[in-house]
Amino acid sequence: MIKWIKEFSKGLVVSNPIFVLALGLCPALAVTNTLDNAIGMSGAVMFVLLCSNMLVAVIRPWVSGIVRIPTFIVIIATFVTIVSLVFQAYIPALYESLGIYLPLIVVNCMILGRAEAFASRNKLSLSIADALGMSLGFMAAIVLIAVIRETLGTGALTFFGITLFTLPVLDEQPVSLFLLPAGAFLAIGLLLAVFRKWGLIKND
Amino acid sequence: MTDLLAIFIGMALINNFVLVKFLGLCPFFGVSKKLTNAFSMSMAVTFVMLMASAVTWPITHYILIPLDAEYLRTVVYILVIATLVQIIELFIMRTNYSLYSAFGIYLALITTNCAVMGVTLVNTDEGFTFVESMVSALGAGTGFGLVLVLMSGIRERLEISQLPDSMKGLPVAFLVAALMGLAFSGFAGMV
Repeated sequence: MIKWIKEFSKGLVVSNPIFVLALGLCPALAVTNTLDNAIGMSGAVMFVLLCSNMLVAVIRPWVSGIVRIPTFIVIIATFVTIVSLVFQAYIPALYESLGIYLPLIVVNCMILGRAEAFASRNKLSLSIADALGMSLGFMAAIVLIAVIRETLGTGALTFFGITLFTLPVLDEQPVSLFLLPAGAFLAIGLLLAVFRKWGLIKND
Repeated sequence: MTDLLAIFIGMALINNFVLVKFLGLCPFFGVSKKLTNAFSMSMAVTFVMLMASAVTWPITHYILIPLDAEYLRTVVYILVIATLVQIIELFIMRTNYSLYSAFGIYLALITTNCAVMGVTLVNTDEGFTFVESMVSALGAGTGFGLVLVLMSGIRERLEISQLPDSMKGLPVAFLVAALMGLAFSGFAGMV
């Protein structure tokens, strides 16, 4: 049980996929222009990572050597297809705004990385802990970036149509730079520097 | 002809894969520390992009669309790319070992490079013809190479500059990317 908690909690801070390992950066930057997109993306990633880690951990005794990586890729691609079909059917608006980044979860280095580095070497329960921890760490990171970008870029924060709050001055003069691609790099770079300054993440 | 030029410029500059579409960021931040590595990597990526587009186009238009099985494209594309990378790796290893020692390690990384997969998805989504797909792959590769080489030049200078400890490495690379992204947003609306 202690081991389970240890594997679960490491993804949240110590080896946070975005801020520490710098894996899965493409979606972290591309879909963080709004909070809705970030939540949709992290939900999809969580489903794919959890399912692929579980399946990889279960079939671990029969898959080895050179067929390992192709097997993992097919497993991940299957779950990605499932998640895109579900999104397309039930939340088409989110499906449209995530665009090609939804099928691109397949090449998210974080998911293949966890399958190869963790799930293929550990038993099922630990692999579930790892997947949950890593995907919650991923979610925390991209939701944080999205909140910053949407708040500064539009002066308000909305959550699936409900306005959570509106800032007085920024509302009329939003820093629209943060909605541009450049703003994504700026936000994540400054966040990373601040986390390092506070000692949450080790320096290089 | 002007259409093809528009696609090329659109993919290379206006919708630059790294700075505007955020594809291929792992090699962008991972391999861009030295100029020579960055150049080798971008050549390898461009080559794989061209090959992947050339193979996925007929598969999409002659197999997936007639069979009404477009939902399989994620699985099919990633398999094609992974197989292709393996074949190219083996081919180069057997025929030209000096080239293999220069490009080898980058090829292995390319399978999980979202830029390659991204090109094939964009080609399908935009409904490009075969020639247009090839031009778009070439443009995407060129744009990727351009920013990778620019970035590595800047990072070589950053290595010897005085920075606060917490900014060293990745954070400052992100800020440089932000400035480059702003510069590239000037291309918007060019075509």
